[in-house]
Amino acid sequence: MKAEYSGEVMTLNMGPQHPSTHGVLRLELKTDGEIVADAVPHIGYLHRCFEKHAENIDYAAVGPYTDRMDYCAAMNMELGYVLTVEKLMGIQVNNRVRCIRIIMAELNRIASHLIAAGTYGNDIGSVTPYLWCFRDRETILDLFEETCGARLLYNYNWIGGLMADLRPGFEKKLVEFLDYFEPQVDNLNRLLSDNYIFIQRTAKVGILSPELAVSYGVTGPNLRGSGVKFDVRKDEPYLGYQDIDFEIPVGKGEHGPVGSCWDRYMVRIREVKESCRIVRQAVAQLTPGDVQESIPKRIKPPVGEIYMRTECPRGELGYYIVSDGGLKPYRLKVKSPCFTVMSAFREVSRGAMIADIIAILGSFDIVLGEIDR
Amino acid sequence: MESIAQLLRLIPKYEAFPQLVQALLPMLVSCVLIFAVLALAVLFAVWLERKVSAHIQDRLGPMYVGGWHGWAQTLADALKLLLKEDIVPASTDRILYKMAPYIVFLGAFAAFVVVPFGASSFVTDLNIGILYVVAVGSLSVVGIIMAGWASNNKYSLYGGMRAAAQIISYEIPSAIAIMAVVIPAGSLSMVEIVNAQKGGIQNWFVFRNPFIFLAFIVYFVASLAEVNRTPFDIPEAESELVAGYHTEYSGMRFAFFFLAEYANMFLVASVAATLFLGGWTQLLPASIAPQILPGPVLFFGKVLVLIFIQMWLRWSLPRVRVDQLMYLSWKVLLPISLVLVLGVGWLAVDW
Repeated sequence: MKAEYSGEVMTLNMGPQHPSTHGVLRLELKTDGEIVADAVPHIGYLHRCFEKHAENIDYAAVGPYTDRMDYCAAMNMELGYVLTVEKLMGIQVNNRVRCIRIIMAELNRIASHLIAAGTYGNDIGSVTPYLWCFRDRETILDLFEETCGARLLYNYNWIGGLMADLRPGFEKKLVEFLDYFEPQVDNLNRLLSDNYIFIQRTAKVGILSPELAVSYGVTGPNLRGSGVKFDVRKDEPYLGYQDIDFEIPVGKGEHGPVGSCWDRYMVRIREVKESCRIVRQAVAQLTPGDVQESIPKRIKPPVGEIYMRTECPRGELGYYIVSDGGLKPYRLKVKSPCFTVMSAFREVSRGAMIADIIAILGSFDIVLGEIDR
Repeated sequence: MESIAQLLRLIPKYEAFPQLVQALLPMLVSCVLIFAVLALAVLFAVWLERKVSAHIQDRLGPMYVGGWHGWAQTLADALKLLLKEDIVPASTDRILYKMAPYIVFLGAFAAFVVVPFGASSFVTDLNIGILYVVAVGSLSVVGIIMAGWASNNKYSLYGGMRAAAQIISYEIPSAIAIMAVVIPAGSLSMVEIVNAQKGGIQNWFVFRNPFIFLAFIVYFVASLAEVNRTPFDIPEAESELVAGYHTEYSGMRFAFFFLAEYANMFLVASVAATLFLGGWTQLLPASIAPQILPGPVLFFGKVLVLIFIQMWLRWSLPRVRVDQLMYLSWKVLLPISLVLVLGVGWLAVDW
């Protein structure tokens, strides 16, 4: 007699309230014991009609709303928006604005990657890296607070300039922070990245092959984790990134196939170090100047449409703006990096175990505010 | 219990009490004593865990409640849990749901009856002491499955099932590692095992021969898994299963799970200290240093060192996956422990 195994499939709803879905994401898991046959992500719990809303407010007022998309990297969100509008209007900013924007964007990239690495450790079951990362992120937030008064949602990048100049002594504090912080990254590696259990849990899990990543349009550290060397800062430079010397870390597959969760995680850790290098160079390039000299009296772009992309911590953030010559955008569309990577989730997670689902989701480093907008 | 019975005889007209009372009173007093010691130890361990984790994570931990380094924080938390509303979710299996926390706690609590805290401070000296500890200790898995099943929650169910698989798997290597001590001691009685290690650190079983030293490590790893501590805390893996089998529990019932978890930590640390680290015996032989420290102090000192290591591991290591956990138990620890027992037996035989 032939014994046939017919596993009963149980539907497990992971989220919207769950410690590890990084926001209000719902995963519909079809589980057979510990094996997940299928994982369907359901998004939209945080939908705030940002794009439609932007059609009803003037250009300057859209800025603060962009902060609220990826609240972990608000500086990068608003930077992408103001650069797009500036390109549409043909505004040139002076060197000081340019350097401060780079400093802020890279500092926020560090802060965002620290959240990603820390919460990833937490997802894998190690709580200490989480608090270590948040301790270091705190200093960055202090620097932001000192500059613009806000710690999470800054509205610091304005169209044509900045909200405020740096406070006296900012550069000194910044360099002090970098001197302190760079060895801390190695500490984190000793605690988490090179931990045997951590490698066992992540290195052969959630393989996103380069072909799959490209075909799904995955960008940012997730794409680079798959070994594809693509970074908007290098390949389509903006803000003068071409004059800055930095490397693009890519996943090499040290502990398993290329494109594993460990590779994606490690790309972020290495990017943090590169960001420190960029910040140091940008600080050296700072020149005196008025940060508000190019701010237009009326923001009224000419008729036309524009698409511009920047590299935010989670990948390629694109803004598409259609202007009818009025004071408000006729149409604004955001190309969100988290949304595209979420589309690959189902493919990557098929056949994984429940614990792997958490590991894969954490390695994608999604922010639901940006997916749902 | 003998010493407690002797103390009780000091009560005036004790002989006039009915026979039944005379027989039961020492047991009752011992139970209350064990419970009190255990509850205090758990309160202390929770506070210690919070302090240890805080300092590992560059924080301070509790600092205000009670004054000195927040010593009364766990007391306040326990009071809060006591005063919370007792919620039994509507869709649960009410009887099992209510029983589960007590059964989990019972397993940890009952095992302490045979643990010798000092030369004469133990409740009873069972001649199958260590077997009894292993048997009673596995009671908790019944309670965990009950909790997971009765909660009528998929996460709880996963937690319960994982706990069952894990605890049953790891009991085997841990029990075999215990055999490595039973062979040279020649007895299953906890008191006898400690007596066999008298006379200083070189007589502790852990330093007797390399096989027992490795058996100690095997026992320690397996015991971590038995009490669901990181890196083996998959039954209550917060990031996967919310809170595992006690997701639906709150208030006093949750407190009992919590109490049981820390009591279990104490239990495995006590067993490890008793079997491998000489229990209440002195660190140095009498010829070198005067034996001033009382036995219970030494015992709790050794237990605390082991508990500190458990906490240290918990706040440093990530969590393993279910299949890796099973792999470690069946394919690594079990063969190693079998080989170790063979080795210990080979050394024990007088060729």
